[in-house]
Amino acid sequence: MASSSISETLEHLRSRGASALIPFLVAGDPSLEVTAAALRALDQHGADVIELGIPYADPLADGPVIQAAATRALQRGTKLTAILEMLRSVTPELRSPIVLFSYYNPMLHLGIDLFLRQIRDAGVRGLVVPDLPLEEAMTVLGPARALGIEVILLVAPTSPATRCAAIAAQSEGFIYLVSTTGVTGVRQQVAKGVKTMLDTLRTLTDKPIAVGFGISQPEHARQVVDWGADAVIVGSAMVRRLAEPQGLDAVVSLCQSLKRAMRQELA
Amino acid sequence: MTQALPRPSSELLAPHHRPDARGRFGIFGGQYVPETLMSALGELETAFHHYQSDPQFQSELAAHLRDFVGRPNPLYFAERLSQHYGTAEIYLKREDLNHTGAHKINNALGQVLLALRMGKKRIIAETGAGQHGVATATVCARFGLDCVIYMGKHDMERQALNVFRMRLLGATVAEVSAGTGTLKDATSEAIRDWVTNVETTHYILGSVAGPHPYPMIVREFHGVIGRETRWQCQEKWGGLPDLLLACVGGGSNAMGLFHEFVGDTQVRLVGVEAAGRGIATGQHAATLTQGSVGVLHGAMSYLLQDDDGQVIEPHSVSAGLDYPGVGPEHSYLKDIGRAEYYSVTDAEALAAFQRLSRLEGIIPALETAHAIAYLETLCPQLPQGYRVVINCSGRGDKDVNTAIAHLNLF
Repeated sequence: MASSSISETLEHLRSRGASALIPFLVAGDPSLEVTAAALRALDQHGADVIELGIPYADPLADGPVIQAAATRALQRGTKLTAILEMLRSVTPELRSPIVLFSYYNPMLHLGIDLFLRQIRDAGVRGLVVPDLPLEEAMTVLGPARALGIEVILLVAPTSPATRCAAIAAQSEGFIYLVSTTGVTGVRQQVAKGVKTMLDTLRTLTDKPIAVGFGISQPEHARQVVDWGADAVIVGSAMVRRLAEPQGLDAVVSLCQSLKRAMRQELA
Repeated sequence: MTQALPRPSSELLAPHHRPDARGRFGIFGGQYVPETLMSALGELETAFHHYQSDPQFQSELAAHLRDFVGRPNPLYFAERLSQHYGTAEIYLKREDLNHTGAHKINNALGQVLLALRMGKKRIIAETGAGQHGVATATVCARFGLDCVIYMGKHDMERQALNVFRMRLLGATVAEVSAGTGTLKDATSEAIRDWVTNVETTHYILGSVAGPHPYPMIVREFHGVIGRETRWQCQEKWGGLPDLLLACVGGGSNAMGLFHEFVGDTQVRLVGVEAAGRGIATGQHAATLTQGSVGVLHGAMSYLLQDDDGQVIEPHSVSAGLDYPGVGPEHSYLKDIGRAEYYSVTDAEALAAFQRLSRLEGIIPALETAHAIAYLETLCPQLPQGYRVVINCSGRGDKDVNTAIAHLNLF
């Protein structure tokens, strides 16, 4: 079963009045075998797109949960080649397209073109680079487009509207709306400003908008969907559960409850 | 090995390439940061350019540099050190005599004055040796601002004196235990804080590293080192120095000395990195001489990294040089052949630490001792009367505990 592109997947859901759930995992934590099993399980239990993080030694945009997971994965010796090998065998079975999340340096070190070709060959459909703002993204956008990889750009609460418009124009797959100033991590509630940001972005673009950073509970997911998000990204809450004993069951259960909350009819 | 390089074209040295409009020094520099910080970086650049040409800001800065920092500091002829080598005349630019004991206060002061004008009430900074942390805590005390200093756990142990000084000055010292608990980890944590509190907080980055406009701003505030050196050389012998020598971790003291003279291509610029336990051991911080091009803390520059592009944990006996990256302008000056970079080991630096103490009565910081140590290689190759100016970037009081552990003096 070959996956659709990220944008096709989100557009299709939107045409049915549905929203997308995008769980995030760190590759290699607690092991690549568990990552592979979790990808399959999430795909079968409510995920629409899955975001997979390449562990990095210096993850500037990440809070303590994802930092710790990346550190554990690197300590286990998780290498990019092994991650891509795992993906090559798993992605053909998945309905959900895979978005790879990587900091820029590992891509640069391998060579942008080689990196992009390798991830495409592993079945990856989209790419998020958290330390590559629009001004620096041109080195990746063109080559990725040529290979059919959608590069997803981020907008933040501090991005002025003119900048949001420029980012939205270049972003592919979806626009990644960072819910709050800060790093990734579980928060008690969704920042109120998200609604305003969604409203503003909606006037600037027709592309799907996904909200991430700090979304951990079904009520959060429901809230941002009610506010008009096309997709919800849940990272730290997934990563933390997967690292626990019976982690696979725990992430499946979270995935299902998030999806259930997102499917409920508007009150 | 230490022959002067062929001179690069004046076009490559032109100020509009250092950096260009996109914050680049050739391929180096740029802004590799989360989107959340882009607006703040833009505001900072605008504010910096505005106040750089504002006479009132400049006269206020000059007054504080004079009355609070104690500038100008001397250009000191190190007579016995010069006699020891018997070739060059060696001069020390005495940044160690600044208030707080190192060059770092030049930048901390400049940035805090900017932060005040930008309406920021909270200041954060990273520190390795603690000198930048102390300088930042000092200016925050002076101007009544909240101050949080991020410092690696390992560095807090080896620089306990500076931790106490920062706390005494009213700063919060936040321990960072990620990675090896050194400067890289402290910098990452400071950036995370800034991403979270960007609307209320100014980040006083302490080296010529990080995303644009920091390498430029930090260089300009330290540029006073080179500007004073120029007139002091003029006063002492009516000419230019022949060679400038400075240690390089992130590279702020070196850039502060070099910048004024980049266009004077007859002046050799020499930076000295930390070779730690020896280059061959892999336990070093010799980024420019051993690294490859990469991105760390928001800038493209030389970087110590492994085959997968993961940052390698560096090692140096000197906390201020224990950093796997380096300022992007140094990478540029190296690649265009304008500056030369070498490295010395922990053991060589410790020997120089004692040598300067005993020959001149000046206890240098272990960072500074790396620059002093390179005289061993350099001086035998220099002609009589050749004039070398070393940035004596900091004093060594903070390092006595480390030195006691390494030196068998008693």
